[in-house]
This record gives sequence, C-alpha cells and structure tokens, in this order.
Amino acid sequence: MKANPFDIENIDIAWCPGCGNYSILKILKDALLELEIKPEKLVIVSGIGQAAKTPHYLKANVFNGLHGRALPAATAIKAVNPSLTVIAESGDGDMYGEGGNHFIHAIRRNPGITNIVHNNMVYGLTKGQASPTSLINFKTPVQVEGVFNEPFNPLSVAIALDASFVARAFAGDYKETKEIIKKALKHKGYALVDIFQPCVTYNKVNTYQWFKENTYYLDETHNVYDRLEAFKKSIETGKYPLGIFYINPNKKTFEENLPPYKNNSIPIIEQEFDKTKLIELVNSKKNS
Amino acid sequence: MSDKLFNTPQKDVSIVLCGEAGQGIQTLEFFLTRIFKISGYHVYATKEYMSRIRGGSNSTQIRVSSDYVRAPVRRIDIFIPLNTEALKHLERNITPNTVIIGDKEIIKSEYKIYNLPLTRIAAAIGGRIYENMIAVGVLSKLFKVNLQNVEDYLKNYFAVKGSDVVEKNIRAVEEGYNEADRLFKGAEINIMKNPEVRNHILLNGAEAVALGAIAGGCNFISAYPMSPSTGVLVFLSQHSKTFNIIAEQAEDEISAINMALGAWYAGGRALVSTSGGGFSLMTEGLSLAGMTETPLVIHLAQRPGPATGLPTRTEQADLNLALHAGHGEFPRVILTPSTIEDAFYLTQKAFNLADKFQIPVFVLTDQYLIDSYYNIPELKLNQLDIEKYVVKTGRDYKRYLITESGVSPRGIPGYGEGLVVVDSDEHDENGHITENLELRVKMVEKRLRKMELIEKEALPPEIHGEEDYKHLLVGWGSTYHCIIEALKHLNRRDVALLFFKQVYPIHKSASSYLEKAEKIIFIENNATCQFGMLIQQFTGFKPENQILSYNGLPFTVEDLVEKIERIIGGVNES
Ligand SMILES: Cc1ncc(C[n+]2csc(CCOP(=O)(O)OP(=O)(O)O)c2C)c(N)n1
Ligand code: SF4
Ligand SMILES: [Mg+2]
Repeated sequence: MKANPFDIENIDIAWCPGCGNYSILKILKDALLELEIKPEKLVIVSGIGQAAKTPHYLKANVFNGLHGRALPAATAIKAVNPSLTVIAESGDGDMYGEGGNHFIHAIRRNPGITNIVHNNMVYGLTKGQASPTSLINFKTPVQVEGVFNEPFNPLSVAIALDASFVARAFAGDYKETKEIIKKALKHKGYALVDIFQPCVTYNKVNTYQWFKENTYYLDETHNVYDRLEAFKKSIETGKYPLGIFYINPNKKTFEENLPPYKNNSIPIIEQEFDKTKLIELVNSKKNS
Repeated sequence: MSDKLFNTPQKDVSIVLCGEAGQGIQTLEFFLTRIFKISGYHVYATKEYMSRIRGGSNSTQIRVSSDYVRAPVRRIDIFIPLNTEALKHLERNITPNTVIIGDKEIIKSEYKIYNLPLTRIAAAIGGRIYENMIAVGVLSKLFKVNLQNVEDYLKNYFAVKGSDVVEKNIRAVEEGYNEADRLFKGAEINIMKNPEVRNHILLNGAEAVALGAIAGGCNFISAYPMSPSTGVLVFLSQHSKTFNIIAEQAEDEISAINMALGAWYAGGRALVSTSGGGFSLMTEGLSLAGMTETPLVIHLAQRPGPATGLPTRTEQADLNLALHAGHGEFPRVILTPSTIEDAFYLTQKAFNLADKFQIPVFVLTDQYLIDSYYNIPELKLNQLDIEKYVVKTGRDYKRYLITESGVSPRGIPGYGEGLVVVDSDEHDENGHITENLELRVKMVEKRLRKMELIEKEALPPEIHGEEDYKHLLVGWGSTYHCIIEALKHLNRRDVALLFFKQVYPIHKSASSYLEKAEKIIFIENNATCQFGMLIQQFTGFKPENQILSYNGLPFTVEDLVEKIERIIGGVNES
C-alpha cells in the first residue's frame, strides 16, 4: 500500500474492528490526496461520537468541538478564512439530533463546506440507543419496544431547503463513495454527503449485507438539477437510492454574500484594521 | 411666573417624557439629547420601557446641566405626559415644584397643567407625527436653545426625506417655540452653557460596547436578538462593511457561541452579545472555550430573571451566572464597565485579554447602562492597540505545548506549516484526544496556571473619598455614577466608595481597603448581594450592610442617599 500524506503513524484508534468508519477514513484520505488538498490548508470540524473522532486519525487542522455543534464552528471558520478547505464531519445523532437546528440553518446559509455524516442509524459512543435515523421497530435498551418515531430523512430535508449539493453514499463501496466525496469537496457551497455506515457492534439490523441488499445507485437518467425529481428519489425507502441526488449550481455561498467579501475575497483575518475609520465614526457621534 | 424653575440660575434640570410605546418617546429623546448637546448643555438620558411595541407607559428622563450629569434622579422638574396614563405612571415622583406640560384635551387630571394643544397644532401641520417636534420646540425655547441651531440640525437630519418633511418639522419646532412664549410669558430656564460640550461625543452603552469591540479588532459577531443586548449586534451589522466585520444572526445562542469559537480558532476576533437566557444556552460553549483554550469575548447585558423575567428592565443578578457558568474548571475574566467610557475601553481590552490568555472574557453590562446616553469629551483612540498573539506554526507545532506560564503559543490553520488541533476532549500537547490520566493532571494544571498571570493583570478597585473613611460603600458595574452623585449629596468626609470595574478575579488590593472601614455597605441591583458574597469568599469580609434593589429599575440618587443615611446615620460626626 502506498503511503498517504494524510496518514498518522502510531495512533490508537477507538473504533471496533470491522466498523464502517475505517472505510470512510480511508476513502476520505484518498479523496483528499487525489484532489491535492494540503493538510495545512484543511480543517476538519467535528462534534462528539465515534464518527466525530475521525479527524484525530488523519493529518489535518482539527476543531473537535461539542456534540452537535460542528456546523456553526465550520461555517465561521470558512467565513473568516475562505481559503481553507473545511469539512464538518460527525455521526447521525450529532448532526441530525443534537445539531438538528444547525443542520437546517447551515443549509440555508450555504457555506462552502462539505458536511460528511456517518449514518449508522444508531448512537455508537453511548452504546446503542436509537438515533434520529433509526428505522421503525429498531429495538434498543431504551427503545425497548422498538422505535416508533418517524425516521429523520436528511436528504429530503436538505432538498426541501434547496441545499446546493445533496448525496448519499455507502461506506462499503470504496470507489463510488470516493467519487461522491471528491465531487462534494469540489462543489462550491454547502455539500451534504450522508454515508450509510454499518455499526457492527450496536446495529445488528443495518449490516453491510443489509445495506448492500437495500440500496441501488441512481443512474445517468437521474437529472441532478431537477429538485422535484430529487425529492421523489429522496423519499424512496424500500430500496434506498445512492449517489448524487441534487445540485443547485446557482447559489451564492454564505461567504460571498457577506458584506466584507462584497468587493474583494481577501480573508478578513488578513485585512488590516483602519483606525482612521474608527476615529471618523466616533467623531460622527458629535453631530449625529 | 411663580414656578421657581424659571428665571433663576439652575444647575441641572430633570425633564421626564412619558407616553405609550409607539408614541415616539424615543424619537423625542433622540432629538432632545442632541439638540441640548449642540447647544452646549451637558445631557444625560435614561429610559424605562415595557416589553411591548404598542401601548403601556414608557418614559425617558433627560437631565440638562451645566456640569456632567450621569445618574437617574427621582425628581421631575419638567414633566411632559403624552396621555393620562403617563401622568398616573409617574405620579409618585410629581412634586409641587414639577412643571407639567400637556394637551388638556387628552390629559384629564387635577394637577396644574400648562396646556399645550399638541393634537390641534400637529393636525394643522400635517398629522400626529409632528407632535414630538412641537414638544422639542417648547423645550428648546425654555432652555434658550438657538432656533437656528435646531433648524440646521433638522435640515441635515431630514435632508434625505425631502424638503416637505424638513419644512414641516421646522414649522412644528417653530410652533412649539411660540407656544412656549405664550404659555410661560417669555420665562426661561437659566443653565450655564459650555461651548466645549458641543464637541463632545454622545453615546449610549450599546454603542460604546460596539465601538470598543471595533477598537479591539473585532471582526466577527454572532448573536441571537435578545434585549438588552441587541443594540451591539445592530451597530456592528451596520458598520460591517466599513470595518470588515462578519455579523451573523445565528439560529440560536448555541450556534452563536460555537460560531464565535470557530472564528477565533481560525484567526478572527469574535464577540457574542446576549442576555441571561441566551447566555444560559451558551454555557456549554463557554466550557468549550475553557477546554480548547480558545479566546472569546462575551458581552452579557443583564436584565431581571429568572427565565424571561422583565425583558426591558435592569438588574445586576447574573454575576453568579457569569462566574459559575460552564462545567469543569477553567480561568475566566469578568469586566464590569461602570460608565459609558468604560464600556468602550473595557470591551476593547477584553479582546486583548482574551487573545493573550486564550480565555473567555466577559463584559458584563445591564439594560440601564446599555440604554443610557450622555456626553463624553473624547475617546482616547490613539493609546489603544489591538494586541495579537497568534504565532506562525512550524512543522512540529503543538497547540497545547506545556509551558511554565500555562499559555501555549496559539497558531491558526493555514498560517505556517504546522497543524492546529483543538479538542473538547482532554487532549495531549498535540491536541489529540487522550485518556492518559497523568497527562490529564498536567493539562488541568496548565490551564489553571494561567490564572496567576491573569490575577496580576486584574484591574484594581477605585477608591473615591478621603483616606480616613469610616464607612465604605462598595459597588460594581453600572451603579457607579449614581453612587458618586449620592456621595456628593451626602457631603461627608467619613464615607468613601470602593468601586470594582473587574469583579473576577478580584484584585488583591481589595482587602486593604476593606480592613480600614468600620462599616462596609454593599450597593447592588440584585436581591442576594452577589458581589458581597464573592468578596466574602475572597477576603473574608462579611457583607453585613446591603443596599439592594430588584424592582427592575436602576437606583436613583435620592434612593441611595436615603438608604445610605439610614445605615450610617444622618449626621456627620467627623
Ligand atoms: C451535550 C451532550 N449530550 C450528550 C452527549 C453524549 N453523547 C456523546 S456521542 C452521543 C451520540 C453519538 O451518536 P452519533 O452522533 O450517531 O455518533 P456515533 O457514535 O454513532 O458515530 C451522545 C448522545 C454529549 N457528548 N454531549
Ligand atoms: S460502536 Fe459501532 S460505530 Fe462505533 S466504532 Fe464500534 S462499530 Fe463503529
Ligand atoms: Mg451514529
């Protein structure tokens, strides 16, 4: 195996053997390498959970913040320094449960970040409770009679909000998932990649086998620019479609809309403070 | 004229305007404060208002003076009620010396009222919106304001709205001027003018905090609207283009604080502005700032709680919240501006402190300070520097390098060859998650060690009065000017004031002042003497004498004089 500059040696990984997170980590590192992104120019922001540990296992700048709060931090990081590549990465509980409100509003803002969600349909780190995406009848020590709440559908919500890039992938498919992540990283604006990720320890229902049997890829007849069509695909449940559902290429990013970037794109952290303007403003309070 | 207010020299006059929300009390306050100031009067304004957009009773007190005035008084010299309810709302503060001016067609009352037919005159000019300008005219005449100055100001102010609006407003002022002549038969109020005041700056607390933030290099604010903190977000938003500030209205306060931390992490200088309820939502984020050693400036504008409390009123009851918020143990600083100038300087300083020590720094204000206005000679901008402590990283950069001071050089992503890893989990020097318990102990100690340096830089309390005081008043935050004015009224050399602009950590000189006093009297706008308790914890002095108020209003000078005298006795024995 070729060495990848994103590899970190001698790390003690906290994931169970066979966990889908390993595949996602490898896919991500390879996608970054192929896109020639430099670790120093990459920031991975995560929350808390098994998935949220991912950034500790590759070379990158890392903001491993609070459970559910990766998106606000990622949005701000990209805004103060748009020259960075910013990824917000966490689990389904983190992004869609604790952070649900931020998920909605991050999509509305459309920051230029890639949002990778390891969707194992369970809370891994806290040992197997239902997550917002757990399927009906999924039994856990808390949901003793099985889940009866409607599963959260991140793709439908994202498309309803006219997210600028919406995709679903499967951790068990190296090739396709890497392509999807690369496209998401290259996309200008917010890009959601929800990745089906088998949790071999706490989810004995949605296994590698189950995901293989219950998914199919959208083919070339699917028009990614057709929002209604994308929405229809997103609500399919019998067999779950994989691939890029929807792209809106016409949206301005959050950063582009910000007043400091209206006339130039120099990151605000590199802009010099002009004291004379402050003196002017203070003086205006003599006569305003 | 029988009213003693007129034709004799006055030092300061208190005008109170009161009406329903939506009747334009704020507009009146705006124009009057500016017009008085450009005429050379010292001016002060404070408002109390209800949490509603229409109806109720809102009032503004404006003090016009020959010298600095900066505190609320109970006394009303001139009262302009805009409806009968207004009169009832402030009835307890009306004295036989209060001159009441109002439209008798609208106000039904037993009081002697100088009839100003606002409704009729305004209708002739073009509608009710001119009522305010008529009142401005009346007061301008009474206070010997040059009519030309007012007209010039209005021409300038309303220029964008077209000549018709300008003319009608000027006519309203002129009508008011004539009415005053008719009503008061040419009598006027004599307050000495000082031409220098014309060049003073007129600011309220919210503007001062926002300007201080700009002077501190703030280039990012994320906030969720909440009275009384919103003014800061509004001000920074309005100047975001000029100063390259990203101003974002977050979806909630949790988002706001996490955005602010993201911004600092990436090299920005971020502010959150909120009030108690919003700050409660931020507490986990505060703890994240503590753990990741990310700088943060929090403007916490207090209002009465618990819960929604009194949204538009004032209180000093969130000191304990600021002090104890956030799980785990980590250093912080709490600055408590005592004046509008302080609101500017301390907010500026907060950014430098936050960056220097990589800690959360609070600017703890309240509704009273935020909404009050007065004239300030100048803001000394030349002496202020934006201190930046970000370092360029090398290949082997360690974000949490264990150092003697506890402060590790702070890098930001993309600046240098290193990687900047921060983690809300306990971490190693590289920032990576660890459960090595020996390392855990080292990291706790490293974080807390910073407190030593922070304590060294704490602002000492200010002492006012003679050195051989017997009674020591102790206060913090926005009560400053009110206590100072009460001290003047007391006129006793045995009473002094010890005032804190930084309540945490407390400067170590505090004890030496407290030791010398026979009686220590804490003055706080809360019900449990929170600062007194903190002082006790740090110095051992028990807050035995307390002057506390928690009715949602600031103290008035008269209030304090009475309450202090009740504790120390009325006679000056020294
Ligand atoms: C505010 C807060 N509440 C609860 C937790 C405990 N907690 C940690 S991770 C987690 C859920 C993890 O599920 P998910 O986000 O799906 O990640 P996974 O472990 O499955 O990858 C919870 C509830 C926390 N860390 N913070
Ligand atoms: S608990 Fe599940 S998600 Fe977490 S590491 Fe183990 S297999 Fe993976
Ligand atoms: Mg999960």
